[in-house]
Amino acid sequence: MDVPGLFNYWIVIVLMMTGFYVVISRGNLIKKIVGLNIFQTSVFILYISMGKIIGGTAPIVAPGVTVYSNPLPHVLILTAIVVGVATTALGLALIVRIKEAFGTVEESEILQQRDDDA
Amino acid sequence: MARQEGGRVIEIVVDIVLLSFLAVMAVGILRLHNLFAVVMLSGIYSLISASLFVTMDAVDVAFTEAAVGGGISTVLMLGTLALTTDRENLRVADLQILPLIVVLITGAALIYGTLDMPSYGDPQAPVHQHVADRYIAEGPTATGVPNIVTAVLASYRGYDTMGELTVIFTAGIGVMLLLGAGTRRRKG
Amino acid sequence: MRRHLVLRVTTKLLMPFILLFALYVQFHGDFGPGGGFQAGVIFGAGFILYALVYGVENARQVAPDPVIRVIIAAGLLLYVGVGFAGLFLGGKFLDYNVLASDPVSGQHLGILLVEFGVGTTVAATMITIFFTFAGRGQDGS
Repeated sequence: MDVPGLFNYWIVIVLMMTGFYVVISRGNLIKKIVGLNIFQTSVFILYISMGKIIGGTAPIVAPGVTVYSNPLPHVLILTAIVVGVATTALGLALIVRIKEAFGTVEESEILQQRDDDA
Repeated sequence: MARQEGGRVIEIVVDIVLLSFLAVMAVGILRLHNLFAVVMLSGIYSLISASLFVTMDAVDVAFTEAAVGGGISTVLMLGTLALTTDRENLRVADLQILPLIVVLITGAALIYGTLDMPSYGDPQAPVHQHVADRYIAEGPTATGVPNIVTAVLASYRGYDTMGELTVIFTAGIGVMLLLGAGTRRRKG
Repeated sequence: MRRHLVLRVTTKLLMPFILLFALYVQFHGDFGPGGGFQAGVIFGAGFILYALVYGVENARQVAPDPVIRVIIAAGLLLYVGVGFAGLFLGGKFLDYNVLASDPVSGQHLGILLVEFGVGTTVAATMITIFFTFAGRGQDGS
């Protein structure tokens, strides 16, 4: 087994699962968003690791350089990061409205209030 | 030649150290209950991942991640904390065993999936055999732009970028609708 | 932040450099790392820094809400407009080859315009999002 060659992917999976665990196990909505961000960054690292070529350089054409890393994952992730912050902002805006409507950002307390109202 | 070999070893060591930092940060975020500390840690997490992107030759991505993850999203999260709360109320009843089992099984399945993936940095990996060569070979001459990432982003994949821009536009509108000055709160 | 003299002076000193750097990233993105997305975020970050130190009300005077809203739409419209320009000049949608007399300078012009559209929309969106969050805290509870 090629340990240094697969180490990137393993850490990506550890990060991804940590983010996933935060999202499904924690009731605090802000922490869920942070967990989602960890998950998201792990996907970015997965893509960029796959685009890397050992001995290559950044994909900006320069004289005397022949090996470049793959630019395609960079393009995909570049746009994904900015879209990610836009959707994070939307999620945070929703949390602020939830806090104003229910007085809490804990999932269990929100559900309890809804049951009390019903 | 020996010098180049040494350079590669250092590259891999830096890569492994930064990745381990990231894993430690993620566990810290999971375990802390002070949301202020969680948000600051997630800012540091973004900056470390930006340095990782530099070691993996993705300078444009690192640039974006440092500005967005370390800057804007940290500021937005701090703004949210100011409007809501900075404590996480964790009850013992919330710590169920089921999420842990789900995560462990999913993680094990994914690790099994990585075992036949191409090794890190392998020039023969399938991902490099498709259109990337064409972009690198003809991109700069066909578009007059030496930065291949910009050429692909704006020209070869212009439709993608237009869609992404529309998503950002829509998210901006959404935030304005949810929190904008025009909305009046009904419950005092 | 009224009393933090060092922060206020440093912010004022840094502002022009941050905005200039954003413009450099925007227009040098063809030749080095950078481009519309990064430039927009940096430009937005400059305004956010100003708003953090001097208050959102002062920052709003520099970047009034109606103007920023128009700019958000204008960037996207510029992008789509370049696409349609290619269509009307006889090419396909988002085909930059026909924008200038020869394909290479057409491509370069198209990429420059499209990146500028991306930069303006991203910058204006980031500024708006921050102003809305920060404004909520002031007129709310």
